[in-house]
This record gives sequence, structure tokens and C-alpha cells, in this order.
Amino acid sequence: MKSLDMKNVYMDHASATPVREEVIEAMLPYFDRHFGNPSTVYDMGSKVKQVIEEHRAKVAKLISAKSQEIIFTSSGAEANNLAVKGVALSLQKKGRHIIISAIEHHSVLNSARFLERMDFEVTFLPVDEYGLVDSGRLSRAIRSDTILVSIMHANNEIGTIQPISELSAICREKGVLFHTDAVASVGNIPVDVNALNVDLLSLSGVSIGAPKGIGALYFRNNLRLMPLIHGGIQESGRRGGTENVPYIVGLGKASVLAVEELFDKMNHLEKLRSLIISGVRERIEHVKLTGHPDKRLPGHASFCIEAIEGEALIYMLNQHGIYSNTGSACASKALKTSPVLVAIGTPPDLAQGSIVFTMDSSNKIEEIEYVMEKLCLVVEKLRSLSPLWRSKEGI
Amino acid sequence: MKFVDKQPSDDTLDLVCRMCPLHLLEPGDRLKCLKRGQVLEVLTDYDGALEDIPEWCQKFGQEFMGMEEDEDCYKLYIKKVK
Repeated sequence: MKSLDMKNVYMDHASATPVREEVIEAMLPYFDRHFGNPSTVYDMGSKVKQVIEEHRAKVAKLISAKSQEIIFTSSGAEANNLAVKGVALSLQKKGRHIIISAIEHHSVLNSARFLERMDFEVTFLPVDEYGLVDSGRLSRAIRSDTILVSIMHANNEIGTIQPISELSAICREKGVLFHTDAVASVGNIPVDVNALNVDLLSLSGVSIGAPKGIGALYFRNNLRLMPLIHGGIQESGRRGGTENVPYIVGLGKASVLAVEELFDKMNHLEKLRSLIISGVRERIEHVKLTGHPDKRLPGHASFCIEAIEGEALIYMLNQHGIYSNTGSACASKALKTSPVLVAIGTPPDLAQGSIVFTMDSSNKIEEIEYVMEKLCLVVEKLRSLSPLWRSKEGI
Repeated sequence: MKFVDKQPSDDTLDLVCRMCPLHLLEPGDRLKCLKRGQVLEVLTDYDGALEDIPEWCQKFGQEFMGMEEDEDCYKLYIKKVK
């Protein structure tokens, strides 16, 4: 294998996926030819409104929802904000207590913190060493004034998939709404809002080959949501602002492709994941796989490598054309120990050596071999410079 | 303003948390699904609806029966006349 010729091995699909060619093609006419405002009554507008509704149905089908249960948003983060703040503000007369897990995305975590400043109470549920929420602990945390529980479907940093239907059943029985952030899972594993038994679910285009800047919130029919963006009749009066028609079309098209390709993609990614996990375990000593060994996203492999700085690892892999991450795209730039790794009990020094590979259908087996070769080299090089490693090895 | 008390209805349209002017767009669509003589209950937290919906009824030939205040919203009742 001419591994040194390999350029640009992208393995950070949890941060962003490339926009699919079919998606770009579907979007293009809506930038110029069909540019009418969907709220207008003449043909140029009403036909575009019809296109929005057709693509809303496609997004709904991706998660087995009804069209009228989908609100388009600007991102998964906005969908999470709308779910948490929208429900809390609409139900505040009923209660002011919400529950989230300790490993939620910042858009859920910071929405909850914002609500704390508005005199809501928030319980942050701990997770076990794999990042799983305990159903008994959730049940005990629910109070008479609890109005919402938000627990992510799959974690973007450690890949762990939560037993959402088990957790949501507890909430349903106690009359508490349940939201799940499915940004990391939609398009990677089957996501069915009825099987999951959730009231709200967030998804994002960036995870499934649609552009950045488009997402959606599923909300069970007739659920009250206080709007975050006040405006007019768009999104049935639930989110103001002229609709981003090209991006909605892009999300719809990407949803169709995601449904068609899901099972082939899962099979392919499970093979790649298995190769990278077994490769790291066999060829690099003193490494911990983070997240659950089995209940994890098919294209997700995450590790903490002892006596290594994750950022240094990322930069050196970057020099070999390999793009991976130390954790979430937001947290890694802040050079802060990942709250997710802290929550699963990773010692701070080990957490520094975090690396996350998230793969997609475009990744090939040869790329895994190339990544393994370069990863071993880089780890060896960094450890040779590490006083921590030298003292550990007695050098 | 006409007030009613425990008015029975045949269908409910929940517009709580939904922005103006949805309260002027959705009742018409929902009334299409009802038979003449049937009553639509409209739930809203928008104060402007208290003026707008009676006016809308007058304009479109439907009967505004009255309203009552609930804990977190207004309930307005429209009888389908035509």
C-alpha cells in the first residue's frame, strides 16, 4: 500500500459531513429560479411553500414522524434550545424542574443553565463509566414539579447510545415530557420517534450530508412550545423568519438518502470501527476505549491515550492529512477537559489524551490502515518526548 | 364581550404559544372539518384574539358564542353556521 500518497483522511464526521452532490443539485434551483417568499399568495411563493411541505414530509419520514410534527430550525443547537426553553417556558405554571444528563451537548446544557437563572431548578443526572444513564436514578429524580427530561440519544464524544425507550417510558408513566438530542444518531442508526417514545427530538443537517445551518425539531402533535424567534406565520406560528428554502430542500434530500442507505452504511461503519478499535488495542499500549464497547455508534471510535496531549496528537495527525478530534468541536477548541470524560470518571491526566474518530460511508478500509500506521508513529514520537511517559517507563 | 361557562364543544384548536396571526388563519381551516351547528373551541394566550376572533366570525358569517378564561389561556367558542 502506498500509504504516504494518501491525503485528507477525514475522520471527524461528528463535527461536520460534506454536503452530498445530490443534495447540492437539489438545492441549487431554490437560490435563484425558485426564490419566491413562501408566505406570499402568488404562484412563485405558494409553489415554494408546497416544496417546503414536501421536504418536511421527507424529514418526518426519516424519523417515522408526521409532517406537522416537524419544525425547521437553523441547527441542531437551535432545535435543542427550542425543545428545552420552549417547553420550560410554556409549562412553567405546571412546574419549574427539569432533568438533563451530565453529558448533554452544550446547547442543552447551557439552555438548562439559562433556565436556572430564571428560577427553574435543574437536576444534572450522573452517568456510569460508559456514559449510560441509570433508569432507576432517573425515576428517583423525577418530582411532582418536573416538566421535562432531556437525555441525548447518542453521545458525539464517546459514541454511547442511551436506552432511550426505557428512559422515556418512565417519563411517560409519570406524565413528564421527554426530549432527546439525536443529532449524533440520526443517519447513523435507526431513529423512530414512536419506538423511542419521545415527545421531542432534535436533528441536524450537518450530520447527514446536508449543509451546516439547517436542523429540525420533532415535537409530538399539539405539544405547546414557546417560540424563541418571534415573527409571523412561518412554521405554523412556532418560529418566525422567512424559511431557508434551499437548506430545507437540502435537509429533505439528505433525509431521503439517509433512509435509503442506512443499513449498508451501518454494516460498513461497524467493520471500520472494529478495525480501528482492535488495531489500537493491539498496537498501542496503555490506551482506554471511551464509551460503551457495544452500545455505541457504528462509525465511532474514541480513546484516551496515556501520557499524550490530545491536541498535540491532532496536530501531528493533521500533518499526515488525517483529520480527527479530541472531543466535541466546541470543547476541543477551548482546550478544556471534556465534561463528558469527567462525567464518566476519566482521571484528568488520562482525559488529556482524548482522541475521537468518527467515520462515514466515504471512509475506506485502506484509510483505517493508513490511520493506524500514522497513529502508532505519532504516539511513539509524542511519548518519547513526554516526561510523564519516560518516568512511567523508568527511562 | 360575551362570556360562557362550561360550553361544550365538538373540536378543540390549541393555539397557545403560537404567534399572531395564526388565530385568524387556523379556525377557518378547522371549521371546514365540522358540520353546521357544531362548535369549535379555540385555545389561545394571545390577548388580541379577544377582539379579532369575534370580528373574524362576523366577517365570515360564523357565530361567536363567547369566551371563558382558563388557568393559562382563553377559550373562545365558534359555532359553525355556514
